[in-house]
This record gives sequence, structure tokens and C-alpha cells, in this order.
Amino acid sequence: MKKRGWLTAALLAAALAMCAAGAAAGQAEDVLAKAARICMECIGLG
Amino acid sequence: MGRRARKAVQAAWAVLTNGWVRGFLPGGPALYEGPLKRFCVPGMNCYSCPGALGACPIGALQAALTARHRKFPFYVLGYLMAVGVLVGRFVCGWLCLFGLIQELLYKIPTPKLRIPEKVDRPLRLVKYAVLAVLVIGLPLLYRTGYGAGEPFFCKYVCPVGTLEGGVPQVLLNSVLRPALGWLFRWKMLLLILCVLASVFIYRPFCRYVCPLGAFYSLFQKVSVLRMKVETSACVDCGACRKACPMNVDPRRTPNSAECIRCGACVQNCPTKALAFTLAGKRLAPGNRKKERAR
Ligand code: SF4
Repeated sequence: MKKRGWLTAALLAAALAMCAAGAAAGQAEDVLAKAARICMECIGLG
Repeated sequence: MGRRARKAVQAAWAVLTNGWVRGFLPGGPALYEGPLKRFCVPGMNCYSCPGALGACPIGALQAALTARHRKFPFYVLGYLMAVGVLVGRFVCGWLCLFGLIQELLYKIPTPKLRIPEKVDRPLRLVKYAVLAVLVIGLPLLYRTGYGAGEPFFCKYVCPVGTLEGGVPQVLLNSVLRPALGWLFRWKMLLLILCVLASVFIYRPFCRYVCPLGAFYSLFQKVSVLRMKVETSACVDCGACRKACPMNVDPRRTPNSAECIRCGACVQNCPTKALAFTLAGKRLAPGNRKKERAR
């Protein structure tokens, strides 16, 4: 594999590891909690 | 795949990710609250859109940074990095509802504006400043009296939230209307400017403002999906450059940070010197060697 291929693979592995670590720490639930309610800032109410 | 196919994918993706029909019924349960909202969609798509089935990655990132008990946003950042490393700004060209809306506005038959390069180049850097300052820096550093931060980009800028979340929510929920104030008017003004600009300039929000495009663009040079020019086949006719709606010159910079992988250049190349590659394997428009042998 060329140098760039290794870099791509390393970045992808790091990204997936971060994602898994975040999910294990309950961060997916935080995303759900925010996304399931109307976000007042997003819609311009404050 | 042709231009029509891309439009079909963009439209199908928009419907698929915003298919919570009950959210559009007046007085009905407001938003989808099911398990899919644990996942971010790859493009800009407000989670307050009545039909949204997934979370907005930029909104989710800011929510993590502004939480009272701050944690490093491993989940969202890891997700964004994974998407960037896999496909880069392909998301912008194929999987973003707001991108599609801007493209449709650009189809309105009016004289079009071509921004001179001297102005265009520095303006393109604004989206990186938006990412660094409004999405990450200020939400991370600024704290209100209650200890939480403010999602500066969502709150003061994002026209996607206004269009996909604000306008339909205000139309569908009369209880929200008395609360409309200067912030809503400000965001409506930005949205109107964005809509107007989109009629005359191809995807102005994507070019100059979008923090998500800015983030994905950081990975264009290393992503699994890339573009390649076979220099031996290129006759330097300039057809690709002319076809590119994002003002990229694919002969010189096939993996430019500005390329949204729309494929217009690939389709217009008369010698098939340009092609997408996936993990180094040539995709559309077919294998040159085989075609030459035929
Ligand atoms: S370089 Fe090609 S694929 Fe990229 S935006 Fe321009 S025309 Fe589309």
C-alpha cells in the first residue's frame, strides 16, 4: 500500500474508534436527546 | 451516472431522510423521537425539520460542545471524520438536501453571476472561519450564566435550520408564533439573502459558508473515493474546467477542496481521462484499458 493508503486507513481506523468510544460513553443518547426535541436556536426562537 | 441520476439520488435521499410524514400534520406529534435520531445524516439537515429521521451533524457537534458537563465529542467527530475519509465532499454533491435546494434555485432562468477569482478565492476561506469560530471556538469557550454554551452557528447563522426547521415549525405550530422576535427576523433575512444568491450563483452557501463542507474538504486528498486524471490521455481541451459548476480545474487539482464530486467533468471529458476511483480502483466512466482494447 502507498503512503497515502496507509494514512487513509489510519484515519479511518481512528474515526471508527472515536465513534465507538463515544457511543460506549453514551454520546449517541445525547445526540438522540437533542434531536428528538425542537431546537429553539435552530428555528430562530432563541 | 448522469446529471439526472444525480438529481434522482439527491431527491430520493432527501425524501428518505425526511420521511416522517406525521411531523407535517398540523397539531400532530411534533418530531420523530425514535432510535434513528441517534445517528447523524451526512449532509446539512436540520433535526427540527418536521420530517427529519436523523440528526444534523453540525447541530449535534455544537450540542456536545455547549453541554454544561462538557465531554470531548468523540461520537460526532468520529462520525464526521469517517464520512470525510470515506467519501469527502461527495456528500455535498449527492446527499445534501440544502445543496439540492440551491441547485434547483439556480435553475431559475436569469442571467448568472460568475464571481471573479480575485474575490472568489478569499471568500471560499470564510467557510473555514465559520467552522473554526462559530461551530467550534465560540460554542466551546463562551459560557452563559447557567454554565452552558451557545450554538453560535445554529442560533445566529444557519439558513438550513430556518428553512427546514423554523419556517415549517412556525407554520404548523401556532403556539410558537407569539415567541417570534428579532432573532427569527434576522435568520429569515439571512435565509432570504441565501435564496436570492442561489438564483444567481451556483451553490453560494456551499462555496462560502457551509462548515460541514469545510470539514469534509479537509479529507479530499486522502479519501477512499477520489478522482484521478490519466495525464497520458488528457488532451488539455479544457472541457472539464468549463463543465465544472464549482470553478475547479480538475486537470490540475482533481481532488480540490472545492470539488463536490458531481461528476460533470467526468461526463464531459472526451477522452475519458478523468475518472472516479474507489480505493484506487477506477469507477465511472469505465476501465480505459478495456475500452481501448475494444
Ligand atoms: S471537479 Fe468535476 S466532479 Fe468536482 S465539482 Fe467540478 S465538475 Fe464536479
